[in-house]
Parts: sequence; structure tokens; C-alpha cells
Amino acid sequence: MSGVAAVFKRELASYFATPIAYVFIVIFLVLAGVFTFFYGGFYETGQADLSAFFYWHPWLYLFLVPALSMRLWAEERKSGSIELLMTLPIETWQAVAGKYLAAWAFTAISVALTFPIWITVNYLGDPDNGVIVAAYFGSILMAGGFLAVGACISAATKNQVIAFILSVVACFILLAPGLGVVQQVLGGIAPQWLVDGIASLGFQEHFDYISKGVIDLRDLVYFALLIGAALYSNTIVLEMKKAD
Amino acid sequence: MIEVEGLTKEYGRFRAVDGLSFRVSPGEVLGFLGPNGAGKTTTMRIVAGFLPATSGRVLVCGSDIETQAVEAKRRIGYLPEGAPSYPEMTPRSFLEFIAEARGIAPSARKQRLDEVYQLLHLDRVLDQSIDTLSKGYRRRVGLAQAIVHDPEVLILDEPTDGLDPNQKHEVRELIGRMAKSKIIVISTHLLEEVEAVCNRAIIIARGKILADDTPRGLEARSRFYNAVSLKLADTALLAPARNAIDLLPEVAATELDEKSGRITAFPAPGKLPLAPINALAERQRWPLAELHLESGRLDEVFRSITGGATA
Repeated sequence: MSGVAAVFKRELASYFATPIAYVFIVIFLVLAGVFTFFYGGFYETGQADLSAFFYWHPWLYLFLVPALSMRLWAEERKSGSIELLMTLPIETWQAVAGKYLAAWAFTAISVALTFPIWITVNYLGDPDNGVIVAAYFGSILMAGGFLAVGACISAATKNQVIAFILSVVACFILLAPGLGVVQQVLGGIAPQWLVDGIASLGFQEHFDYISKGVIDLRDLVYFALLIGAALYSNTIVLEMKKAD
Repeated sequence: MIEVEGLTKEYGRFRAVDGLSFRVSPGEVLGFLGPNGAGKTTTMRIVAGFLPATSGRVLVCGSDIETQAVEAKRRIGYLPEGAPSYPEMTPRSFLEFIAEARGIAPSARKQRLDEVYQLLHLDRVLDQSIDTLSKGYRRRVGLAQAIVHDPEVLILDEPTDGLDPNQKHEVRELIGRMAKSKIIVISTHLLEEVEAVCNRAIIIARGKILADDTPRGLEARSRFYNAVSLKLADTALLAPARNAIDLLPEVAATELDEKSGRITAFPAPGKLPLAPINALAERQRWPLAELHLESGRLDEVFRSITGGATA
């Protein structure tokens, strides 16, 4: 495990060694605020909860998480440091896990920095803080899902722009089943069980449950499987094409 | 001990490494020579465990680089081509990361790192980010990460590339100091480097071994080995002198360079023409401006062996 820990520490420190971390955090916080107050109608709904805040998280992650994940492996490939990393006496999965966990921890830090809105809602009213904790948990879990997909795609290219675009597309595909429009269109042509089945393949449904405070094992298993599968593919992609 | 057997690497239809076999023992400093694209870097990447071989196998101190990769990699220090590192890190944080990833116990880490900083004269730049360092310093940071764990095997891909003559000298000294107890494989296209640090040289081209010898042994293959060259103060005597030298039984052939007025006499197989030529010059009272014994020319051997091969 020392390999995972070493890679994790190096990776996390490297975010803060460059402006990436600060730029990302600022943009994340600004966008989260804009969506919550302007589009979410935080005040207008007149309810002491954070649903207006969490509602937009999947869409925020759709663009911001690929911006974070695109460099994970593509940059190592581009700079050649992958050769260094892969000749250290650690298993490939340890490097994959270390880098992924660092990116995830960084995302969690960014999400945690939205705490003022939590304080605000507690100041203004009397929200159900259990639900809010669950929603934060669900949001970070969902970000982890996006990140794992992005990491896997980043491992396949040395071009960060390509990694970004493909990751956005892949993440959109994972969000699409939860869209009202998609549900309606499918509902017109497919039986209900199929529509439900497709919806449960997407992120939205699982995130919605968790963010309502319902922590069901099925939703946790969904994200765990998705992350596990993406990271497993990440390891295989790396093994297959290390040098090119 | 590094044992390489029948190593082959194919990229699609292109065969970059073609059935290489060799062994390297402790105390040997093996220079890997070859034209660009000969397969040097590919071979080193396979031996260091970065690339999988298409066929063949590599044992590093008894551990197979593919099936016992972690065990084998523990024993290797590797400087990849171009000495890549993480540019946003400082040498200190970078080397601490390497030491941790290489499993050096936290208690021993500081002392070992201090030694390495000193060995490579990194003290002045330890807290500057790597992307602000000069090429020479970056290369030294790369060397430092290769020796942090005091490995039994060192694989260095062009360790002195981009260094100034003083730095080259220092790196060669360092390699020389470490050579006694370790297995060192370096790739280079600087022939003087082979003479300076290696006690064995393998020349490869198109993925195949063309020569495997000591640097001296390679020099002896040069037609200049034991050849004699001379210049005369009076250029009018050049033609008769050349004819006279040509007649000596120790001389196989002569060449006259019109521009510099230098005669070079190549030895007949197994003969040493210096003494007879000297005696002849004295007898004929040639006004000698210069007379010296040539040593083998590695670059000429290199060219003749690789036949100007490029991939």
C-alpha cells in the first residue's frame, strides 16, 4: 500500500504546486453559486434545504470533472514521466489508485469548500442536516464516478484536449438516461420496465435518491461498480499502451 | 546479473529489437552503442520493465522482469531517455517521492537523500521547481532518482546528453565510482564516453548485436590500430618517402593526404611498423616534422560495423 500512498501524496501536492488547484476551486465555487442562486432559485423557493444547490451538481461535474481528470494520465504520457512511474517497484493498479484517489480527494476538498451555503441555510431556517450530509456524500460519490471514467479516458491518449472532450461525452452519456426529455422519448417507444432500466443505468437516478437522504445499498453498489470497472479498464489501458 | 535471452520487440510489422541475447555481470559497465533508431532505447525500456517484450525474456538478479516485475524493479535504478520528471515539483519533493515509492524506510530516508544531494551537487537548487532548472541540473535530478535506493543495477539512457564538458566529466566520475559493485548499462552515441567509462561495449543496429567486445578490442579492429603517420618538412620528399615505406614488409598500405601532407602507413596483419619506419627515416635522413603511432579509431570501427546503417 505504500506505493498507493506515495503516489497519492505526490499527486495531491502537485495540484497545489500549480495554479490548477486554485483556479479549479474558484471556478467550481463561483459556478456552484451562480447555479444555486440564479437558476436554482435558492431564495425564491422559500425552503430551508439545499436541493437547489445539489440539483445542479451533475451538470457542474459534467464539465469540471473532465477538466480535472484530463491531465491525470495524458500529462504523464506527454512529459514522459509515465516511464518513471511505471518503472518504480509498484504495481500498475497502485499507481492508478493513488492518482485517482488524489484527484478524488481534491474534488472532495472543492465540494467541502461550499460549506458557507450550508451555514447560510442553517442561519436562515431549520434544515434537515442529515439529508444535507447524505447529499454531500452522494455528490462526492458521483464526482468519483465521473472522475474514474475521465481517468480511464485520459490513460488512452497523450492529448489533454482529446481526453477532455471524450470525457465530457462519456459523462454526458452517463447523465442522459436521467434526463426528462430522454425518459419521455423512450417512454413513447419502449415499455416502462425498459425505460426504468435505462434510467437506473445513469448517474442521475442514484444521485437523486442519495441526495434525498435515502442511502440505499443499490445506489452505493452502482457507484462502486462503476468506479471499479473504470479503474480496472484504466489499468488495462495503461498496461496495453504504455509507450505510444 | 542481467540475463537477456532472445529479446524481440515488434511494433506492428516493424521489428525494433531482433533476438538480442547478452549477460552483464557485476563490475561491468556496458556501453550500448548504435545509430539512432538502432533499438537501444527500446531494449533499455524492456530491461527496465517499462515495455513488455514481444518474445524472449529478461532476468534481473534472478527475477523475471515480466512475471516478478516489482521484485526486479526494486533492484534497478533507471534513467529514462531525456530524464523526465515532474516539472512542477522541486528536486527535494521529487526525490522524497521516489524514496518513498521505492520503499526506503522513513528513518533512513533523510540520511540517504542528503548523500544523494551531495553526490550530485544538488544542494543549491533543492527548493526550486524542476522546470526552472537548467538542462544539466535536470539531468542530475534524473540521475539522483536512479541512485536513491543504491540499486544493484543501473540502466542509464544517455546519461550525459545535454551536459557541458565539466558536468560530463563529473557524471563519468560518478559512474566510475559506482562501477565496482554494480551492473551498469549506459546507452550513448558518444564514443569518447565508451572509452572513458565502459569496460565492455555492444554495438547494435537494426535491433541486432553486431559487436560485443571491450573498447580496446573494438579499437583493435580499426585499420588505424598501430598505424603510423608522419609529416615531412620538405614536401618534395613526400612521394619518394611514401614509395619507400610501401616497400617495408611491415606495411600493408599507405595513404597520402595531399592537403596536410601526412602519410599514414597501415600495418600488415600482426605487424608493428613504427620501429622500421623510424629506422628508415633515420637512414634516409628525412626531415621529419612529425611521427606518431595511431591508436584505433572507435568512430571508424563504429562506422564500418554499422555500415552507415540507419533505421
